[in-house]
Amino acid sequence: MNTQSNAMPESHLETQVVAPAEISGTRRLYWSLRRELWEYRSIYVAPLAVAALILFGFLISTIHLREKMRNALTLSPMQQQQLIAQPYNFAALLIMFTTLVVAVFYCLDALHGERRDRSILFWKSLPVSDLTAVLAKASIPLVVLPLVTFSITLVTQLIMLLLSTMVLLGDGPGVAMLWAQLPLFQISLLLLYHLFTVHSLWYAPFFGWLLLVSGWARRAPFLWAGLPLLAIGIVEKIAFNTSHFAAMLEYRLGGSAEAVIAPGTVPMDPMTHVTPGHFLSNPGLWLGLAIFAAFLAAAVRLRRYQGPI
Amino acid sequence: MACIEARGLRKSFGTTVALDGINLRVEEGRILGLIGPNGAGKTTALNAILGLTPYQGKLRVLGRDPWAERDRLMQDVCFISDVAVLPRWIKVSQALDYVAGVHPRFNRAKAESFLAKTTINRASKVRELSKGMVTQLHLALVMAIDARLLVLDEPTLGLDILYRKQFYDSLLNDYFDRSRTIVVTTHQVEEIQHVLTDVMFINRGRIVFDCSMEEVESRYLEVMVHPEQIAAARALKPMNERQGFGRSILLFDLKVAHVDRKQLAAFGAVHTPSIADLFVAVLGDRSGSPAGQAPVNYEGAPR
Repeated sequence: MNTQSNAMPESHLETQVVAPAEISGTRRLYWSLRRELWEYRSIYVAPLAVAALILFGFLISTIHLREKMRNALTLSPMQQQQLIAQPYNFAALLIMFTTLVVAVFYCLDALHGERRDRSILFWKSLPVSDLTAVLAKASIPLVVLPLVTFSITLVTQLIMLLLSTMVLLGDGPGVAMLWAQLPLFQISLLLLYHLFTVHSLWYAPFFGWLLLVSGWARRAPFLWAGLPLLAIGIVEKIAFNTSHFAAMLEYRLGGSAEAVIAPGTVPMDPMTHVTPGHFLSNPGLWLGLAIFAAFLAAAVRLRRYQGPI
Repeated sequence: MACIEARGLRKSFGTTVALDGINLRVEEGRILGLIGPNGAGKTTALNAILGLTPYQGKLRVLGRDPWAERDRLMQDVCFISDVAVLPRWIKVSQALDYVAGVHPRFNRAKAESFLAKTTINRASKVRELSKGMVTQLHLALVMAIDARLLVLDEPTLGLDILYRKQFYDSLLNDYFDRSRTIVVTTHQVEEIQHVLTDVMFINRGRIVFDCSMEEVESRYLEVMVHPEQIAAARALKPMNERQGFGRSILLFDLKVAHVDRKQLAAFGAVHTPSIADLFVAVLGDRSGSPAGQAPVNYEGAPR
């Protein structure tokens, strides 16, 4: 025990002395990520613009808020909750949709744009490996965009809550009902869970595919991303008169709910929807992640060979 | 240790052979000019050296295999491939931040002081800068890196003469010392002639000439021959003959012709040939076209 605990700090010291000018891989990854955010400002500008739009619309809707809340007093608590939460859920949905679109366009340009404008020669003149560069790009749709979506949605919802409170202040029991019935914590937790299970892990093979196409296509990555999928579906249909491939894509795109949420949960209690055990034990998830890893490895290799186009 | 060492370096694109078994050795502390017509394999050779393209044969740059270890190698190697590779969306301050963030040998203060001598605004984006300013920015970034090898592929392409001169002046005065090595390709040969310590001609994927500048000065001579002595001069087997100032100008390789400076001075005024004239002589010779005619346009030819 004693020798072990002694050996650790010493070896740590040694590596520090040997390589004083070394830059850690994490630091390179961090700067590669910042570089992506500098280039693709739509990553945060687009959801912010949509959030501003939502708030503007919501501000107008507060004209009828007092009246709406007075009418809601007669409803059952369950209906009250649904009525109150509705605009908040709608805001989350809109921002989520926006960042999903941003993610698709980002991935298609991430490895194509740098070749198109020849800047790949500049990036490659610096001591950053292709793996670091591609990992930084992949973490935009997988980590950064979900976090951006979550933060912007949360702030938007808090502003909505603040606006409503100000409007309802001094108008009877409306404020109390709003704060009692708005499950903001639940909405946020559910959103975070949804973003990282569905948008990040479940959709990962799509993002991997888009990145691969973006690194491979000489032009029109958008077409190259879609046409092969269509072609496989058509050939399968003609050759075997089956549509397994199309069904698989459909399951991946639209069937996320059954993968993420365990069957038999109570629809009225959203907290029961958070079932990570069910999600993580789905073989489809791991198969998807394996495909994603393969696409990403291919993209790293491609970037090594590719020059400007 | 040699800075760059290649043995049998080959690279082909389909049926086109870009590098046809190149052997070369560049020692530390040299400034090598790699000169060749368009499509001769210059950029391919540089790309192989920089780890941008796979190749056959043996290649070591600073003791490393560039293709296998590009990211490690780039800690000691810098390159400016041509004026247009800085991303257009990046701000000057962001470029400084990024390079400082990823490069252990980048001295930000040095880059800042170099930029202070220019009119480049820290908040500008690259797309707002003129072509000359973009090169200045790139040079500022590169010169602030304590690298051992600097590779320049047509660094001054499309710049006016003032920027071009400034570029090489900065490079020589503020950057170069005997521990660094510079490899440069350019079509404006005459402008870098005084900068080089070595010169290499490359044609059709082969190195056809490899010589230090001292050797060029001691070994090659041009003579403006008096018309009445032209036959005698031609008998000494010049490498090349061209017309200029109403006279025949003959270029001699003293070793091959077995003559010395004194003998040649008898025919007329002698001087050391320019790299450009030497290039024409060597390439005219190798490609089998008549001496005195450049097989290709090597000066300021469009890419």
